[in-house]
Amino acid sequence: MLYFTKFKVLTIYIFIICISFFTLSNFLSDDNKLINKKINLGLDLQGGSYLLLEIDNTPIILQKLQIKLTSLKNDLIKNDIKFKNIKAIDNKILFDVDEVHKNKFIKIFEDKNSTINNYFDKYKAFEFEYEIINETISVFYSKYGIIELKNSSIDQALEIVRRRIDELGTNEPNILKRGNERILVELPGLNDPSRIKNLLGKTANLTFRFISQQNEENFGSEKLKFENSEEEALVSKRIILSGDNLIDAQPRMDSQTNQTIVSFSLDRLGAKRFGKATTEGVGRRLAIVLDNKIISAPIIKDAIVSGNGQITGGGLDFQSATDLALLLRSGALPAPLNIIEERTVGPDLGQDSINSGIISLIIGFSLVIIFMIIRYKIFGLIANAALIVNLFLLVGILTIFEATLTLPGIAGIILTVGMAVDANVLIYERIKEELKIENNKIIAFDDGYKKSRTAILDANITTLISAFILFFMGSGPVKGFSITLGVGILTTLFSVYFLARQLTSFYVYKNKDNHISL
Amino acid sequence: MIELKPEINFNKHFKIFNIISIVLIILSVFFLLFKGLNYGVDFKGGTLIELRVQDQTINISSIRQSFKNMNLGDVNVKKFGNKTDFLIKFEKKDKKNINFINDIKNKLVLDIGNSFSFRRVENVGPKVSSELLKSGVIAILMSLSAMMIYIWLRFEWQFSLGAIFALIHDVIITLGFFSILNLEINLSIVAAVLTIVGYSMNDTVVIFDRVRENLKKYSNKKINEITNLSINETLSRTIITSFTTLLALVSIFIFGGEILKGFSFAMILGVIFGTYSSIYIANPILEYLNVSHRTIVKEEKNENFN
Repeated sequence: MLYFTKFKVLTIYIFIICISFFTLSNFLSDDNKLINKKINLGLDLQGGSYLLLEIDNTPIILQKLQIKLTSLKNDLIKNDIKFKNIKAIDNKILFDVDEVHKNKFIKIFEDKNSTINNYFDKYKAFEFEYEIINETISVFYSKYGIIELKNSSIDQALEIVRRRIDELGTNEPNILKRGNERILVELPGLNDPSRIKNLLGKTANLTFRFISQQNEENFGSEKLKFENSEEEALVSKRIILSGDNLIDAQPRMDSQTNQTIVSFSLDRLGAKRFGKATTEGVGRRLAIVLDNKIISAPIIKDAIVSGNGQITGGGLDFQSATDLALLLRSGALPAPLNIIEERTVGPDLGQDSINSGIISLIIGFSLVIIFMIIRYKIFGLIANAALIVNLFLLVGILTIFEATLTLPGIAGIILTVGMAVDANVLIYERIKEELKIENNKIIAFDDGYKKSRTAILDANITTLISAFILFFMGSGPVKGFSITLGVGILTTLFSVYFLARQLTSFYVYKNKDNHISL
Repeated sequence: MIELKPEINFNKHFKIFNIISIVLIILSVFFLLFKGLNYGVDFKGGTLIELRVQDQTINISSIRQSFKNMNLGDVNVKKFGNKTDFLIKFEKKDKKNINFINDIKNKLVLDIGNSFSFRRVENVGPKVSSELLKSGVIAILMSLSAMMIYIWLRFEWQFSLGAIFALIHDVIITLGFFSILNLEINLSIVAAVLTIVGYSMNDTVVIFDRVRENLKKYSNKKINEITNLSINETLSRTIITSFTTLLALVSIFIFGGEILKGFSFAMILGVIFGTYSSIYIANPILEYLNVSHRTIVKEEKNENFN
């Protein structure tokens, strides 16, 4: 175990030097072109906000089922299936048919090529399932239908969330999908997430609808509240325009009234519809509805055919007008998002954490180094050299993978320092035992290395298993801990078995005839 | 110079220490069952605010009073490290109002002025907290079983049983301490417990490795002599490694700031109990399970046969 070829020695040192370059690149200024990799600081160290959003799919399922109801009706009529009492209740579409048409329905509903019920090849399943109780057929989403629906709604939501955050121009946001119901948003450097939370908390479903001319609520209209007041109005359910038709929205100052407004432009289809509706509806009130609240309901004075319009009222100040314009530009979320977890760390706390982390690292490191020299003298120095290189390698590898360093991650590094000497301690203690029974120093050292190997490997593999489990089960800061702990074990093994062993071998061969004190 | 002369008769103490361990475990289980653990917001859900005041005259009771008036339910306010830092925790959360943190800030300004800042805000919903708790428990159970399987593969089932008892012993007593001292359990404590599992395993594996070696070497020695010899032979290593690890951990505990206090404390407990248990729990179990020279040689034969 002690013999090294020159080539091997060279390789070890070249490897160490290469990795160390990455370590050092963390301390160089940003404009060096050679290596521009750096360890990322976690949100707990640099400050920032972490938000976990969950999409509420219930309204989407109901909405999609309503659409399905309409298309199913058409399909049934097209296929000459006579049905009665079709309605959507509790996530199901129900209708009555007689015996003959029942079989006809089953036949087309189970046809993989029909458009009435989509067949997903990847799941080998239909979008909808059905159940027949007596004369009544109920149609509902299958398990995979729900999965597909969730997947598509999360993708849409992710896109909208990304657009909204990008529009705000925050510094390097990190927006990720978590499963098919959640979105994780990390906003480094953001101290106060309340504005973003406000923006993400709105669905931003914009519609233009006429105020109903009837006084009673009926099938075609609904009562909606005004934003910022308790006043209510009866609004027609017929949608003239929706947010989809918007191509731009900007906050503006109306020079005449000195009010903040949001001006918008419509696409061609939208402009045409808007023109037609405003031409027919001169004198009527047009409600601008956002998320089921009326922002304003101005009276149409003239037909608007240009495709440009503006939203006033609702107590808009410049900030809220800017946000409203942003929401309209980036589009509506398919469903509301709830913030189910939020963690915000101020930048000063992050800096304090870095400082205390570094202080405890330096102190812990020094104590271990002093102890090793006292205990093992020259071999303590070798173990310490290995420990320092170990730290360099650990930081270097974290840099190469651009890993995220968190406060528990720093704790992991300190812990690695404490545990890294273990392998050398095991080896040296074993060598001490071997020296008692073996006169030839080289054989004694060689045996010491050999006989301690299985214990060292087993001991490190068990810790590595813990680190792996933490990595897969943990989140955020804890994950950072598992990374430094795991990488630390690998660099420890390298520094002990290559560097420290090579240094030991060099020293032992030189002094094989002298007294070696260990 | 520290020079250990390892000639301690551990066998003499096995019984008494096993009784102490059993008492400690019963006590821990009793506290865990009847007092329970003090879960932080990670596992209980709710809101945590770390507040720093610039004005030293603001005292804890005025902050407490201000929060009391906000109708947030049971609010817990305590000092956090420095004189100027406070930690506020409460469970109630206004679900509809996503800006309740800002509202709290505004109300606080009315009561204690604006010379304060929120250094940290954590808000965990009930769904997330129960998921985090579940995955924490699963992670600990997973790592325990992974260790058991690993030791079983590398050694024999008797060793695996000894190691797992030692680990469970460490985990239960560490958690028991947290329950008795009413210390908060959060995500980093789970990380600490998992690291303890790995670390305590280190010590056990090193001793077991020596036990196996000695069992092969001395076919006529009894298992209790073998374990005693093996513990003595590896004792200086066991103590040195625990000592250097403790040096690092104590350094984190003292200088690493408030956030790492709980983590490093759990680790310190774990290292102490882990070292103790690899000597006084894992080894007696080998004796109780009648491990002998034959246990190991049989294994070797099977390997050759295969």
